Amino acid sequence: MAIETPTPPARVPPAEWELADVVLDAKIPSGPIERKWEKAKFEMKLVSPANRRRFTILVVGSGLAGASAAATLGEMGYHVKCFCYQDSPRRAHSIAAQGGINAAKNYRNDGDSVYRLFYDTIKGGDFRSREANVYRLAELSVNIIDQCVAQGVPFAREYGGLLDTRSFGGALVSRTFYARGQTGQQLLLGAYQALCRQIQAGTVQMFPRTEMLDLIVIDGAARGIVTRDLVTGEVRSHLGDAVVLCTGGYGNIFYLSTNAKGCNATAIWRAHRRGAAFANPCFTQIHPTCIPLSGDYQSKLTLMSESLRNDGRVWVPKQPGDPRPPNEIPEAERDYYLERKYPTYGNLAPRDIASRAAKQVCDEGRGVGPGGLGVYLDFSDAIKRLGVERIRERYGNLFDMYERITGEDPYKVPMRIYPAVHYTMGGLWVDYYLMSTIPGLFVGGEANFSDHGANRLGASALMQGLADGYFILPLTVGNYLAQAKLPKVDLDHPVVRAVEGEVQARIKRLLEINGRRTVDEFHRALGRLMWDYCGMARNEPGLRYALAKIPELREEFWQDVRVPGSGAELNQELEKAGRVADFFELAELLALDALHRDESCGCHFREEHQTEDGEAKRDDERFAYVAAWFWNAAGPPRLAKEPLVFEYIPLAQRSYK
Amino acid sequence: MRLILKIWRQPGPDAPGRFVTYEHNDVNPHMSFLEMLDVLNQQLIRKGEDPIAFDHDCREGICGMCSMVINGVPHGPQRATTTCQLHMRHFKDGDVITIEPWRARAFPVIKDLVVDRSAFDRIIAAGGYISVNTGAAPEAASILVPKTDADRAFDAAACIGCGACVAACPNASAMLFTAAKVAHLNSLPQGQPERYQRVVRMVAQMEKEGFGHCTNHGECEAACPKEISLDTIAQLNRDLLAAALKGVRA
Amino acid sequence: MVGTLALYHTSVGKKILMAVTGLVLFGFVFLHMVGNLKIYFGREEINTYSEFLRVVGYPLVPHEYALWAARLVLLACVALHIWAAYEVSRQDLAARPVGYAQRKYLAATYASRTMRWSGVIIGLFVVYHLLHYTTGTLHPRFVPGDVYGNMVIGFQNPLASAVYIVAMIFLGLHLYHGVWSMAQTLGWRSRRSDRLWRGFASLMAVGITLGYISIPIAVLLGLVR
Ligand SMILES: Cc1cc2nc3c(=O)[nH]c(=O)nc-3n(C[C@H](O)[C@H](O)[C@H](O)COP(=O)(O)OP(=O)(O)OC[C@H]3O[C@@H](n4cnc5c(N)ncnc54)[C@H](O)[C@@H]3O)c2cc1C
Ligand code: HEM
Ligand code: HEM
Ligand code: SF4
Ligand code: F3S
Ligand code: FES
Repeated sequence: MAIETPTPPARVPPAEWELADVVLDAKIPSGPIERKWEKAKFEMKLVSPANRRRFTILVVGSGLAGASAAATLGEMGYHVKCFCYQDSPRRAHSIAAQGGINAAKNYRNDGDSVYRLFYDTIKGGDFRSREANVYRLAELSVNIIDQCVAQGVPFAREYGGLLDTRSFGGALVSRTFYARGQTGQQLLLGAYQALCRQIQAGTVQMFPRTEMLDLIVIDGAARGIVTRDLVTGEVRSHLGDAVVLCTGGYGNIFYLSTNAKGCNATAIWRAHRRGAAFANPCFTQIHPTCIPLSGDYQSKLTLMSESLRNDGRVWVPKQPGDPRPPNEIPEAERDYYLERKYPTYGNLAPRDIASRAAKQVCDEGRGVGPGGLGVYLDFSDAIKRLGVERIRERYGNLFDMYERITGEDPYKVPMRIYPAVHYTMGGLWVDYYLMSTIPGLFVGGEANFSDHGANRLGASALMQGLADGYFILPLTVGNYLAQAKLPKVDLDHPVVRAVEGEVQARIKRLLEINGRRTVDEFHRALGRLMWDYCGMARNEPGLRYALAKIPELREEFWQDVRVPGSGAELNQELEKAGRVADFFELAELLALDALHRDESCGCHFREEHQTEDGEAKRDDERFAYVAAWFWNAAGPPRLAKEPLVFEYIPLAQRSYK
Repeated sequence: MRLILKIWRQPGPDAPGRFVTYEHNDVNPHMSFLEMLDVLNQQLIRKGEDPIAFDHDCREGICGMCSMVINGVPHGPQRATTTCQLHMRHFKDGDVITIEPWRARAFPVIKDLVVDRSAFDRIIAAGGYISVNTGAAPEAASILVPKTDADRAFDAAACIGCGACVAACPNASAMLFTAAKVAHLNSLPQGQPERYQRVVRMVAQMEKEGFGHCTNHGECEAACPKEISLDTIAQLNRDLLAAALKGVRA
Repeated sequence: MVGTLALYHTSVGKKILMAVTGLVLFGFVFLHMVGNLKIYFGREEINTYSEFLRVVGYPLVPHEYALWAARLVLLACVALHIWAAYEVSRQDLAARPVGYAQRKYLAATYASRTMRWSGVIIGLFVVYHLLHYTTGTLHPRFVPGDVYGNMVIGFQNPLASAVYIVAMIFLGLHLYHGVWSMAQTLGWRSRRSDRLWRGFASLMAVGITLGYISIPIAVLLGLVR
């Protein structure tokens, strides 16, 4: 199913933005890069241990970032309240990460080092991340492994009892620590257990099945959140001295993604509307090896480890619309397009390149499977070469998973794969101290605009979430609290009452529309639009089209959505409706950001800007900056630019030929 | 495909519940079980009825959120598979499917198929951790763990906390869940210092929550989507007995 | 010590208690069966055995003292076993106030699901049995000391034999799950030794049941007169 470039609707609304007159100060410490974090730590103001329990910190999210931050802050003696929408903090989406976590331990003596991890991450992110942050991340990666091992995370071991590692995501060194195919689960359980220990100790109060619906900002500082108890429907406020958002990514804006169904942008979007800048919203990552759609009832996409590409060969029929089953298509009529286009890397070409190549052949009508949205990943040669047993040993569990979902036996017929949205590099803008543009509002994990620039390397998100939560936020939040002179506020404060009222009104409004279409219908329509025009490849007319369509669809949503039930009970449709409403707003900003970034970089691929071989072509002259957007209730979003300076790693073009 | 679904509907924790029969004519064999329910819910909403509430999140079989008893078996007929990973091709056209929530006093129903499993969190909080503050960890490579121990710990650590073991157990016992965590941590060198206190505390909390006792029926193991082994229960028993003989108290 | 006793507050502790007392009772039923099989070697053999039980330990301890000691241990075990079974059963019934409309078992056996009933049946049986062969209260022509004669006359009543046969089948079921379960409860069983324990439990259950049942059947068939 090729996507035609749409003719823009007759009246193109001006997709405009304004330049904000703020200067974003990332507060990067001076001095050589290896000393910056040490210097920052030394210069931080400390809260005396006896005073800590007087401060209340609200941590929203219990994923790797949130759970580790809440646990550590609790251990330090702060009074912490932690929130998640699932029924238990252990179920946060981090649980689903499979592959592994990077750390520059150099246990293999293969030339790895903090500096190399730093270098790889900057380069992998296509030079759109902040050097100082990335260096600190690489530095802390080492401590993360120590911490997790001490907690009892059962990382893979060698027979001698030492930790095993593997190489991942095209890295040339073996620095990825893993726990079978469930690394995220095991790391999260470690953090969850640490969190539970603090709950038992009374330092952390946990609020599961509680969704944050708004942020309370008083006198310019983040002082609380408004939540809805998902069981009773009660809307109430929680006040504190600082708010930490670790609410994960917004990949679900595409409806179909590898994210959990509940992943949402509500927390960060509401914070954005209260004044937090949103950085690089258009940097979204597509993963090349997911199980394709099987029908329009599809509710999510399942990721399969990229390691499959080590032995599988990717191909499509040469003939568009070839109706034959794969095994009947002769060698000569198959197009092994990755091997053809990228002879050196072949089937192992990086995520973004492999994803785009798949889209391209499907756009040409050569895709396979339902709707023509899929390409073959064929193991028959590998099976011939290595035998079924070896393949079973290497990929048995993945093959089983594939068979469970599709009902097809990948030992006999080639797998079908297709790219899917997987990760969002964009998020709330934070300074070196992970504080957003609202004082007292900190952001960690996938929710911040992160250290991954325009493209995240495999096994680096887990690392970043835990670095933020265990080692950075607990110090920087304290540093803020030690200096902030915060007046006492209580629940009767007019701002608190006003924000609560707004939340109540929004819920009421959603429930009263009582239209004809379901929330999912709207979400699907939005997702389709985003995937088609703001997905793997973007171009100006497409983005303009999306920018015209999104508000239209949003209007329809507010006119015609049906949310059954009441607000005073468990109401899953209401939960979804609120999240989709926020996705609609974020979608527009995402498209606008993609339109404004008139270059290709990492995962942001503008068709207008590619090299002859179809690779992303950056424009460092014009776009070596972080795009931080401010909400503007009265007009178009306001853009602030944080220039990126590369002192250590010279700007260079990626090449994977 | 056409199916007859008998689904437990209960508007709230204290409201009485009952089975409601739905005819579902729109089932595709490639759908997952939850997608089948999604489609039904869409129809219900359009008809102005209340959709069926059920827990789910990752839909990949790892978060442990999905939870329903399908034709008398938690997570349904396919072994080692969560509800979200169960596909409709395992059913036949015309099948009658009964769908119920987890049933246990310690897991009260919140609405329809949604139950409250916070008892599990409290069991973990009672001792299912290794006490190490952030920053206090020694160098990772200084702790050697024989591969067999690591593998055993991992097998137990694979538990997703879904509660199917409780739902399946004729006594509504939480032994497999509790034992999985005990076995995970007590199999590792890092877990040794708190080994006995951990088991005593976790078992005490498990008792408090109102679960039944373990008679070694083995239903839990058979229903567990992660195939957690009964060996973990034997290990819990051993460690608890040893703790008692040592006089370790909660 | 206090810590050790605290074990009894938990169902796992009660379970361990049941396993330990069950082990003693299991040992008894096994030996008792072996003793009873002496009936096939004639009146002399089994009556001497019965007498031996009463004089065992003598002259170190007075007549019947050792027997009474054993009886007390058994009685204590039965009492503790039943008490623990009662306690955990109560807990189980409370643990699932609303049951399932539909239930399918994947691993639980008929034996494991009927432990409570087989236990109660064994308990009732023992009461009857004591009144039958130990005190003779329910025996038509009880002769103290003539175990052989008592048994032959007792089992010639088909109704009494039927009670024994049915009870022994339940004993077999109780042991089939009980012996395996005991190994699990005491932490001796593992995936590797599972088949061994399953086999042992089946062997014991079948062997003990058949061993016991053979006696009333032999009497009814006139093989033992
Ligand atoms: C299938 C898959 C595989 C992956 N594999 C890898 C891998 O191998 N290696 C790697 O490094 N990365 C991997 N990633 C990425 C990585 O898992 C995530 O980026 C990371 O776990 C995010 O952690 P987090 O703590 O930021 O957020 P999450 O784990 O998403 O947690 C978000 C938390 O916020 C809560 N929350 C959200 N919204 C609200 C709200 N409005 N109110 C209250 N609470 C809220 C949620 O309840 C949850 O507790 C993978 C991602 C996916 C989808
Ligand atoms: C000769 C008599 C008996 C023997 C040899 C015996 C033996 C056993 C054994 C070995 C167990 C297994 C314990 C474990 O799994 O750890 C057991 C369990 C059990 N017994 Fe008995 N028992 C006897 C009599 C009784 C009686 C009289 C009752 C009750 C009235 C009873 C009720 C039970 C119950 C309910 C269980 C299951 C307990 C559980 O595992 O949860 N038993 N028995
Ligand atoms: C066919 C089966 C059985 C037969 C033929 C049988 C026979 C007897 C006889 C003859 C006696 C009296 C022995 C004497 O006074 O010296 C006796 C005693 C006894 N039997 Fe059995 N028995 C059988 C099964 C059982 C079982 C299954 C149990 C327990 C669960 C049991 C428990 C006892 C007890 C407790 C005594 C009393 C021992 C004492 O204290 O003197 N018997 N049995
Ligand atoms: S032991 Fe198995 S069934 Fe029980 S909670 Fe864990 S994963 Fe679920
Ligand atoms: S089914 Fe129940 S009785 Fe024990 S072995 Fe499993 S918990
Ligand atoms: S929804 Fe996560 S395990 Fe089923």
